Amino acid sequence: MKLHTITAALAMAGLGFAGATAHAQGISDDVIRIGFITDMSGVYSDIDGKAGLDAIRMAIDEMGGSINGKKIEVVSADHQNKADIASSRAREWFDQQKVDVIIAGTNSATSLAMAAVAAEKKKPFIAIGAGASDLTNAQCSPYTVHYAYDTVALARGTGSAVVKDGGKSWFFLTADYAFGHALERDTMKVVKDAGGDIKGQVRAPLGTADFSSFLLQAQASKAQILGLANAGGDFSNSVKAANEFGVTQTMKMAGLLVFINDIHALGLKTTQNMYLTTGWYWDLNDASRAWSKKFESKVGRKPSMLQAGDYSAAMFYLNGVKASGSDDGDTIMKWMKSNKVNDFFAQGGYVREDGRMIHDMYLMQVKTPAESKAPWDYYKVVATLPGDEVYTKLSESTCKLVKK
Amino acid sequence: MTDLFGIPIQALLGQLLLGLVNGSFYAMLSLGLAVIFGLLNVINFAHGALYMLGAFVAWMGLSYLGLNYWVMLVLAPLVVGLFGILIEKLLLKHLYKLDHLYGLLMTFGLTLLIEGLFRSFYGVSGQPYPTPDALRGATNLGFMILPNYRGWVVVASVVVCMATWYVIERTRLGALLRAGTENPRLVEAFGVNVPRMITLTYGFGVALAGFAGVLAAPVLQISPLMGSNLIIVVFAVVVIGGMGSIMGAIVTGLGLGVIEGLTKVFWPEASSTVVFIIMAIVLLIRPAGLFGKEK
Repeated sequence: MKLHTITAALAMAGLGFAGATAHAQGISDDVIRIGFITDMSGVYSDIDGKAGLDAIRMAIDEMGGSINGKKIEVVSADHQNKADIASSRAREWFDQQKVDVIIAGTNSATSLAMAAVAAEKKKPFIAIGAGASDLTNAQCSPYTVHYAYDTVALARGTGSAVVKDGGKSWFFLTADYAFGHALERDTMKVVKDAGGDIKGQVRAPLGTADFSSFLLQAQASKAQILGLANAGGDFSNSVKAANEFGVTQTMKMAGLLVFINDIHALGLKTTQNMYLTTGWYWDLNDASRAWSKKFESKVGRKPSMLQAGDYSAAMFYLNGVKASGSDDGDTIMKWMKSNKVNDFFAQGGYVREDGRMIHDMYLMQVKTPAESKAPWDYYKVVATLPGDEVYTKLSESTCKLVKK
Repeated sequence: MTDLFGIPIQALLGQLLLGLVNGSFYAMLSLGLAVIFGLLNVINFAHGALYMLGAFVAWMGLSYLGLNYWVMLVLAPLVVGLFGILIEKLLLKHLYKLDHLYGLLMTFGLTLLIEGLFRSFYGVSGQPYPTPDALRGATNLGFMILPNYRGWVVVASVVVCMATWYVIERTRLGALLRAGTENPRLVEAFGVNVPRMITLTYGFGVALAGFAGVLAAPVLQISPLMGSNLIIVVFAVVVIGGMGSIMGAIVTGLGLGVIEGLTKVFWPEASSTVVFIIMAIVLLIRPAGLFGKEK
């Protein structure tokens, strides 16, 4: 049995090698074309959106606009949070516009749909804004890289910190689509494993304006912790209503996916002391501050984790093209899975066989208005969560590419 | 405690009341639409954008000029109404002779324009607006803790709705308005300036949207998208109530708010769809809407 596995692995490795040599044929149609698709106009357009495109353009400029004389281009699209628009656009890009890689922004449903198209076309697909851990588990693909964060890491970061802090009983307010379900499922598991108790959950449609009804249901559950498994505008409106109805007096809120733009929009008064987990924060170190300054001079605000991820992923991809001299999908995937990410976004980050980019995450607490010294000075680092521990371990993975 | 379908009665009462609060917004917005449609025969798709404009004007007043909530509650609808008058004078006026669809397309285009402008200036995360001091805090009603502000929303909207209904259905001015839509030439022959009346009616209709926007400001995050989330539901309300029926718009607005509120308890996932299911059923049984008359 063991021998069999080893021969199979060798055969695979051999195939991979042969494939690499066969495909090392330079840049297709003499242009390196990056496709960037995200929510450009809806609830998630502040956390990624056009500023994400600006970040990718920064990466292209950094590269000098071309690699070995081959021009780098970026095309972009607004998927309006609709999976069907996203997948048909991805298909059109690969088939007709000769796009070589897709960098995908917010919304898990759209990313899951596009990852399947990319797998079919054998093109790299780098997911930045999507959270659902399904991308590297049940629905993993040899062409997907899940780059910035995922629901498992958010759940383990915030979930275990809050349970450790005494928050044993939870009620979930969940956005009713792929991402919310994944975040709820992953956090529930963490809470239960840590000895916590789930009092219930309610699933609100994406883009609900008034959350008060759901919050009263949460309050009636008598749970200590209100887990907010939603994001963007849904998150802001639920936090606002929770404050208004005094839910915050009886329950503590745990924001399971919070972006710095949300804190900025709501203000520190309503969000202070909230725990959250993030893959990156502009004020982490000198390198992150330096890049953020450049970004701010261009866009006029500090970057979110996703915008930084867009840049870093584009750079990582372009470095791969430069090193391998090719934009062929298989060649680049092989390069990305054997080289490390070392930049202001991640140190020693690496892409696993299931497509997960492993890098450190950070457990943050929102500062009080008194602690915040400047605009956008919102977080203090509570703990650095090592990538190997906070993401799905290979032994737990349900991805078919992981050999066990 | 007694239960109804597994939900304690007290909790259910709370949810009913919350439904009524949301229904108040539906009622005020659909009322404006009904007035405009009834008198101008224009399907005003820009209503959601003007509601958003009301909220933003209130926020601008507070952050740039330091004008408080109560001042803006009067001022913002006036600003929005004035803007509406401009729209009517410059754009809509030329479309009355054409099919309804042209008015709808024009106002839809305006919506995209207004929302796009605000999105590019302010982004979509929105701006916070504080609850006015006098309405802070909450009242214990026994079955639930109701924030005072939400109570105020219901009161304000019911008063405004009823006053509008009274003016249009029970006063001489209202009679002239209704006559003007029925037979403008005849009314003009009596010395009434019908075009001006129509302009003012449109201004009033959109001022109602602006008023609803100010009322919503402290409850919701003020975002350029707040109107487009709401407008489709409000249109469904108008269709269910019967296009152009004033009382129909008010009653259906409040009623659907309550039904939606209950759906949030029994089947949360369907709460954004329930209004449209009702709309489909009503259209099958009574194509002119619950309160509408077949023409």
